[in-house]
Amino acid sequence: MEGFLPNPWWEIWFALSLPVVAYGVYRMNNLIKEQRDTLPLLAVAGAFIFVLSSLKLPSVTGSCSHPTGTGFGAIIFGPGITSVISIIVLLYQALLLAHGGITTLGANVFSMGIAGPFVAYLAYKTLRGIAGFNIAVFAAATLGDLATYVTTSIQLALAFPAPVGGIMRSFLGFSCIFAITQVPLALIEGLVTMLLLRYLLALKPDVFSAFHISDKSKLAEA
Amino acid sequence: MSELKKLSLIVALLIAIIMLLTAFVPGMIGLTPEWGGADAVAANKIGEMSDYKPWFSPLWEPPSGEIETLLFSLQAAIGAGIIGYIAGLYTGRKEKNRDQP
Repeated sequence: MEGFLPNPWWEIWFALSLPVVAYGVYRMNNLIKEQRDTLPLLAVAGAFIFVLSSLKLPSVTGSCSHPTGTGFGAIIFGPGITSVISIIVLLYQALLLAHGGITTLGANVFSMGIAGPFVAYLAYKTLRGIAGFNIAVFAAATLGDLATYVTTSIQLALAFPAPVGGIMRSFLGFSCIFAITQVPLALIEGLVTMLLLRYLLALKPDVFSAFHISDKSKLAEA
Repeated sequence: MSELKKLSLIVALLIAIIMLLTAFVPGMIGLTPEWGGADAVAANKIGEMSDYKPWFSPLWEPPSGEIETLLFSLQAAIGAGIIGYIAGLYTGRKEKNRDQP
């Protein structure tokens, strides 16, 4: 969607994303200095975004979209650090695939790197105690993926209000394209995220304890 | 069967069901699926709503669909390689710890 956000919207989204990314860089520096043994997990979080956002999947609306993969990083490292990792893949796709864009990078970092991970992080923290680990991770990744595309719909609706019905009407239109298409993809993302997290947790529980992530079910020792 | 294997099977089964529904639901609710990108659909909608023209074009575009597929596959391969490497690293360390109690 290169060039699809007019002035002043592309600047606004850059400005809103910048402080969060700066905070993320600060958090990431601390992590690298103080908890070097968690670096492989940071790499997995980035790699997971690489894999999932490369998979353009068909959906029930008859069009294709891709999952984000940011829920995994958000649950472990929080939204700040995840926003920094997401920039790598957004740049890869903008520069090599003409997908996303440089002028829309601020908006895309906000939707995929900040809004989605923030919702995923909150959902995980809220559900962890109530619903158990598997459900909390699944729901967090699913809701985070959906939140990214709801945010994209809001961003486009703000820039392109409908001539009749304004921003709300326009938002509903873009939601039908993005958010509804995303529902089955978000469910798949939730399932795969849950499986990967459970798998790594069974292999290396100690590295997760730094993030207060543990699986207390007796079957964790798989 | 370990719990993780059961979980993997359940996940695979659920994804298969979602993909099957994806294949049949659009026809059942009267859509003619084109399986194009959602962002292209959105760009068309913006074109219908207003006379907006994008003010910036991608610096570089893949010269063909094949090359685009190559770069998307490369993206997935890089990610999968890193995940596989680290999962293998953790598995190796776990086995080493088990051998030397």
